[in-house]
Amino acid sequence: MRQKNLELMVGLFVMLGLAAFVVLAVKVSDLTRIGENDGYRITARFENIGGLKVKAPVALGGVRVGRVVGIDLDPQSYEAVVTMAIDPRHNRLPTDSSASILTSGLLGEQYVGLEPGGMDSYLSQGGVIRLTQSALVLEKLIGRVLTSVASGDAPKP
Amino acid sequence: MTALLTGLGRWLLDWLTRMGRANLFLLGLLSALSFLFKRPGLLVKQLYAVGVLSLPIILVSGLFVGMVLGLQGYANLVDFGATSSLGTVVALSLIRELGPVLTALLYAGRAGSALTAEIGLMKATEQLASLQMMAVDPFPRVLAPRFLAGCLAVPLLTAIFTAVGILGGYFVAVIQLGVDGGAFWAQMQAKVLLFEDIINGVLIKSFVFGLLVNWVALFEGYEALPTSEGVSLATTRTVVVSSLAVLGWDFLLTALMFGAW
Repeated sequence: MRQKNLELMVGLFVMLGLAAFVVLAVKVSDLTRIGENDGYRITARFENIGGLKVKAPVALGGVRVGRVVGIDLDPQSYEAVVTMAIDPRHNRLPTDSSASILTSGLLGEQYVGLEPGGMDSYLSQGGVIRLTQSALVLEKLIGRVLTSVASGDAPKP
Repeated sequence: MTALLTGLGRWLLDWLTRMGRANLFLLGLLSALSFLFKRPGLLVKQLYAVGVLSLPIILVSGLFVGMVLGLQGYANLVDFGATSSLGTVVALSLIRELGPVLTALLYAGRAGSALTAEIGLMKATEQLASLQMMAVDPFPRVLAPRFLAGCLAVPLLTAIFTAVGILGGYFVAVIQLGVDGGAFWAQMQAKVLLFEDIINGVLIKSFVFGLLVNWVALFEGYEALPTSEGVSLATTRTVVVSSLAVLGWDFLLTALMFGAW
């Protein structure tokens, strides 16, 4: 009987440990989001992507529809090529949609925001977003304000 | 001057022989592991001693470490209005560092010292010698079950410590301090990666730490002088050496896993 109790306790301990692993994997980590990389791929070209990172969210109207899976530099045009995986549930993005790089909050991470266009044809695997707006780089903004102040005309709000 | 050099030389040679014996001891342990397939009952008994009996201290420490992380993280992040990142802060610090390291240190104090004292007393009371007299090798029957049980228990204890710690952080942050619960989990899930963080931190780190602590504990017990003083010295050395080894290896592993080079 004593031996059986001991075995029961050890069995419980091992189950508890494995359950903790499962909790960590499912509740804490990105396991539930790994499938997002399977969506269809679209690309967009930006002059400047600021601090955008791989795995950053792609959002439409604030709703997460995919994530950035690759960032590369086009050696001819010197533009950044951002590849995004979009959840197949959101397969009705018009081909003239636009993409811009936005920041969530003042100190938040950067993400790609999509604005839907009005065309009847939709983006699919390998689609390209032509209308893009680069990230706002704080130093450039300050520089622009400073030059306009120096040249005498106050910056218009 | 010569006396100083002689002392240094003797110290180095002693240290080298001890390291050599420790490595031979580890080889003996590893080659004796296959015996446990024939007698799994031995393993279960040791898992109870080092695993189940360590649970209370691991649960309580994990809970309090998580709650302190929640409080301190909140106090720092609230100045930047970034309290929604609190989940990420708590989870990443627990998974990458505090979970594996604190579990290994607590385990060294709770179970490692007990292992050393047990083996050392077995040696002092000549139980190991009498086993050998009866042509029973103490490695497969006495040492290997304790070693394998420890190596299995530490990763499990680490996972429990980390999970309970995150729950403690959740309790303080969301229920006590009113951080948004959705943001707490969502930011955590966005930043914590399964392979890079959980497998590296909780699984690989804790396995290495478990191996180190159990190896040191059993070796110190096996090498203890067979006197009451020798056993007490060996127990102290186990806690000191294994804690230092865990902290040193933690730096190495962190640099390899999460370092930028």
